[in-house]
Amino acid sequence: MLRSRRAIVFTMLALLLTGGIVASYAIGQFPISPSELIGAILRALGIDTAWAPTDPLVDGTIWQVRLPRIAMAILVGALLSVAGAVMQAIFGNPLAEPGVVGVSSGAALGAAAAIAFGASALGGWSIAAAAFVGGFLATLLVYATARARGRTEVVTLLLTGIAVNAFAGAGLALILFATNTASREQIIFWQLGSLNGSRWVDVLVVLIAGLPAIAVTIGFARRYDLLALGERTAGHLGVRVERLRIVSIILVALMTGVAVAFVGIIAFVGLVVPHLIRMVLGPSHRSLIVGSLLGGAALMVWADLAARTLVPASDLPIGLLTSLIGGPFFFWLIRRNRAKAGGWA
Amino acid sequence: MTSSLPGNAGGVAYRATDVGVRIGATSILEGVTLEVPYGRVLALVGPNGAGKSTLLGVLAGDTPATTGRVELDGIAIDDWTPKELARRRAVLLQSNAVAFSFTSKQVVEMGRAPWIGTNAADSDENAIAAAMSETDIVGVADRAFPTLSGGERARVSLARVLAQETPVLLLDEPTASLDLGHQEEVLRIARRLAMQGRAVIAVLHDLSLAGAYADDVAMLDQGHLVAHGAPADVLTAERVESVYRTEVRVTPDPDTGRPIVLPRRSGGRS
Repeated sequence: MLRSRRAIVFTMLALLLTGGIVASYAIGQFPISPSELIGAILRALGIDTAWAPTDPLVDGTIWQVRLPRIAMAILVGALLSVAGAVMQAIFGNPLAEPGVVGVSSGAALGAAAAIAFGASALGGWSIAAAAFVGGFLATLLVYATARARGRTEVVTLLLTGIAVNAFAGAGLALILFATNTASREQIIFWQLGSLNGSRWVDVLVVLIAGLPAIAVTIGFARRYDLLALGERTAGHLGVRVERLRIVSIILVALMTGVAVAFVGIIAFVGLVVPHLIRMVLGPSHRSLIVGSLLGGAALMVWADLAARTLVPASDLPIGLLTSLIGGPFFFWLIRRNRAKAGGWA
Repeated sequence: MTSSLPGNAGGVAYRATDVGVRIGATSILEGVTLEVPYGRVLALVGPNGAGKSTLLGVLAGDTPATTGRVELDGIAIDDWTPKELARRRAVLLQSNAVAFSFTSKQVVEMGRAPWIGTNAADSDENAIAAAMSETDIVGVADRAFPTLSGGERARVSLARVLAQETPVLLLDEPTASLDLGHQEEVLRIARRLAMQGRAVIAVLHDLSLAGAYADDVAMLDQGHLVAHGAPADVLTAERVESVYRTEVRVTPDPDTGRPIVLPRRSGGRS
């Protein structure tokens, strides 16, 4: 029964994602018909058809603007959602999320520093690497502080998140204050979060760093299930808990780091998506991670479409949009949990 | 690891020699020497803070012994890999919380995790079904663990341990929060496991329960093993009174002759 339910949910999410992709390339300031897209793709494959767009502007829009942007949306949505699911698994708590506990802002601080100090010697990789380092340090800090004697206290977790966010915010402000105008603009846009201007080379970096990380977390899924029994019991069932946690923290930092490196801070995706999937499919981590991957990608594609079409002739920052939805959702989550289980104390 | 499943009756499961555990300057366990054979139920008893759970943790391989040596099947406990250990001994802890809303059945299924990829995985379904019917939790199979009552949680957790199908079982207060009927049932399960040749070590607070079902009783007091042997020899009124610091009466059970330990209470409301 659960198996068929999972199949239905995955199929629906896949359809939602496909629909989002189709709508995203067709709709925009520059409408493109489905036949033009198919023609452009066939031409790229060396097959010339009558559908191929004759206007080079259409071809350029398809290849250089829309498709990389869609690809980036899919990757970032999937990475942030999976990172959220993994973080919740290792903290044993549905409130853990890269944005909430400060991992995203740690990554943003790292990336901002890289921009400001012009550390672009390594090309596209330098910003991603700096974001990873920042995110990793923030994760370690949160983890070390919030975990005591094998359990996480929610209050400590959230307070640590506040502290990390505040510190990273101050660091960002300092960099903004000290740097030149061009870098300043770049950093500000970053903080708002946007998929605008995604390039294929960026997509490639995210793909190479992110996909293996996701694959590893799917491999860990069963061990995350056992972790829900508590660390000692998971150990009694043969899990090397310490190693699993450290590798998972590195994966979370990696996934969050590369996701925010090119598009900036996009909050709450890692909180909302795994939570909804868990409500529909239950907490088993294999279906949770795969579902979060599909759901996160679909959400991000649609959110990005909304971001660039809601207000005519302007591109809203997508981070603004997700926080606009995610904030109230977070609030509802807290209310619901208080009503159901008397809070998280 | 020469012995075949489920343990070899008559053989020795655990051999603890002069085991001590210190945390800082505090000694929690000192000079405990103990042999636990297969095919028997050993009850660990003693007052609060006597070191029962610590000893169980040392045997489980969680708590490293500061001094002395612990062997399982003749191999030092530290030399086992987590996976091999998980196929050899199962542990039921006192607190059994589950993060996220896994169902009872899913929790029991997790007990099969050590056997993934082995031939034993073929009997997963049987092991799970048997464990669930033995612990009387079939009725709550599809309910979320966090919504269960304390007693139901304890039984689901016990079922998870049974499903692991290991030759050695370590149970920390398996009867806590259970009603009278389920307490007896848990101990009957322990007896059945021992009959199959497994070694069962259970921390028990109810001395009469220990007296009725255990083959051997080990009594701890302030980190020391003060007595180890047959229930009738260990559970004497003098020893229980000196260790628990309350007056008791020990009478043989009219049916089985096994010791029943009752506190002496003054009659009136004086």
